[in-house]
Amino acid sequence: MSEITIHHYIALSAIIFSIGVAGVLTRKNAIILFMSIELMLNSSNLALIAFASFMSNPVGQIFALFVIAVAAAEVGVGLAIIVTVYRNRNSINIDDVHLMKG
Amino acid sequence: MIKIAFIILSLISIFSALMVISRKNPVASVLWLVFHFFGIAGLYVLLGAHFLAAVQIIVYAGAIMVLFLFVVMMLNLNLVNNEKRGKIIGKSIGAVVSGLVLVLFTYSIRTTKWNELFFNQVTDQEWGTAVKLGSLLFSNWLVPFQIVGILLFAAVIGVVALMKRKITRKVENGIVITQEEDVA
Amino acid sequence: MHTELWSLIIEKTIFGVILLAAIMTGAAYVTLAERKVASWFQDRIGPNRAGPLGLLQPLADGIKFFLKEDMIPKNVHKAFYLLAPGIAAIPPLLIAASIPWGNQIELLGKAIKLQMIDLNVGILFIFAFASIGVYGVMLGGWASNNKYSLMGGLRSSSQMISYELAQGTAVVGVLLLAGTLSLDEIVKQQDSLTKWYVWRQPIGFFIFFVASLAELARVPFDLPEAENELVGGYHTEYSSMKFGLFQVSEYIHLIVTSALISTLYFGGWQIPFVDIASNSSFIYGVLGVISLLLKTVFFIFVFMWLRWTLPRFRYDQLMSLGWKFLLEAAFVWIVITAILVLAFPWYKTWF
Repeated sequence: MSEITIHHYIALSAIIFSIGVAGVLTRKNAIILFMSIELMLNSSNLALIAFASFMSNPVGQIFALFVIAVAAAEVGVGLAIIVTVYRNRNSINIDDVHLMKG
Repeated sequence: MIKIAFIILSLISIFSALMVISRKNPVASVLWLVFHFFGIAGLYVLLGAHFLAAVQIIVYAGAIMVLFLFVVMMLNLNLVNNEKRGKIIGKSIGAVVSGLVLVLFTYSIRTTKWNELFFNQVTDQEWGTAVKLGSLLFSNWLVPFQIVGILLFAAVIGVVALMKRKITRKVENGIVITQEEDVA
Repeated sequence: MHTELWSLIIEKTIFGVILLAAIMTGAAYVTLAERKVASWFQDRIGPNRAGPLGLLQPLADGIKFFLKEDMIPKNVHKAFYLLAPGIAAIPPLLIAASIPWGNQIELLGKAIKLQMIDLNVGILFIFAFASIGVYGVMLGGWASNNKYSLMGGLRSSSQMISYELAQGTAVVGVLLLAGTLSLDEIVKQQDSLTKWYVWRQPIGFFIFFVASLAELARVPFDLPEAENELVGGYHTEYSSMKFGLFQVSEYIHLIVTSALISTLYFGGWQIPFVDIASNSSFIYGVLGVISLLLKTVFFIFVFMWLRWTLPRFRYDQLMSLGWKFLLEAAFVWIVITAILVLAFPWYKTWF
């Protein structure tokens, strides 16, 4: 590893993405699920900016800025939904939201 | 020098990401995620995107995570009951699937034909500054910018509509009874 | 390349140590100044027993804090309880590191810049760390396992995040005029008395000042610490040096906010009729630092003056002031500034 190339950044992004996927699939607490989704969004941001940097094209950063803004909107609405579910069922375990099952 | 910084920052990011998904206490997870965002912002600075690193800290670590902390602290979770029904088989299947995702990524990266285009790090000092991004954002990408603004507005309206409560007060036998119920 | 790197590291380390020592001493003496100024406004003398004119009072307070019993209540979340004062103390120090404390001075044949971190996105960095300052308060309130502390911490942190918006939005007016985000450039552009940004941005200065008052949780916005409303707020369960660290971090935040106001609006280290920027000898550099310190001390005095003059806002009045008045005023001010910049070319290149 004599120089940091784009492969390093892409590998890092892939690792963090799969950690996020592991979080989504294994945890049952809705808030930690949400945070794993944020991990995945961040890893894709990192890949976007790495590509933009190595190709000297600033548009990748603009795309990443939009991703951050959309993630902010999504977190707001998602947490409002979680709080509403909590108010009605007193639990945020995602296994408890199963009324439409079967 | 850049190599050392990259190694340290990527180790911080990966370690905090692992801590996020493995802590039992949600507040600890939130704080590890904030730490992870600092690592990612450091990586952005290494790539030359200074403005975006600052925006990442302001928006993600400073606003979104504060919102997460508010919700976690207000909900007053009963930590014992939450993960009791998590079975070992379910968790191991999840870990296997995420390992498969990683294998899929590695395979797709390995079998892509990488062009020389992707190997020159940017040399322009102004590449990541607010001036460069602003000039692009307000000329070529104005319409997506405005649409994101409308999206955030819609999100604010949505959150207020979800969280609005109707408070009714009535007096019964000399006692004031206050009832709150959701409007949505 | 290697020796250059090492000389940079040594230079920054020495400057950092001096800055840290100066700020901690300054924060200690601001606690004394708070009590003295309070006493002058209330027509009494104030602390004058510990040393001549009470000047060793901060030392006595520090020793008292260290010698008090360091108690950790039984059911607190121990890791967060111990982390919270530390997390509260770090962001103000980082903001202090990015303020330009003076011009370049030539020492031992090298031009040393009196600013620890000079970023080309300087102001954004400062707002980023002002946002991080909320975590110490929230964690302190939650970790104490006490519902009054929790309510105090949540109220205090929601106050801080509400006024951060108005604070950041008000500074956009200065950025429109300056054309740069770097604090050093903003100071260098204010090189004569008529070019100070406060004359061209009076409303922006006012909004920034009020929002900073609320961000520091000082009167008239200090409901989170009001003893008769919320017991002690988020630092009820803290004793001895942990409480001392919360207090010290609040005073460091006060010092750096005053320095930031003088840097953005009042010329920073520039002296009105003296040309410091082109002269990098040692004397001129020290003059610049003294000028910034005098402006900072003036604003600290104004903050304390307001504390002993105005009554306190109620919490819902405070939140409605932040969201329904200040934020809208800041937006309107940005639009007015933008119209002025576009319509009148002399507004930007002033005299």
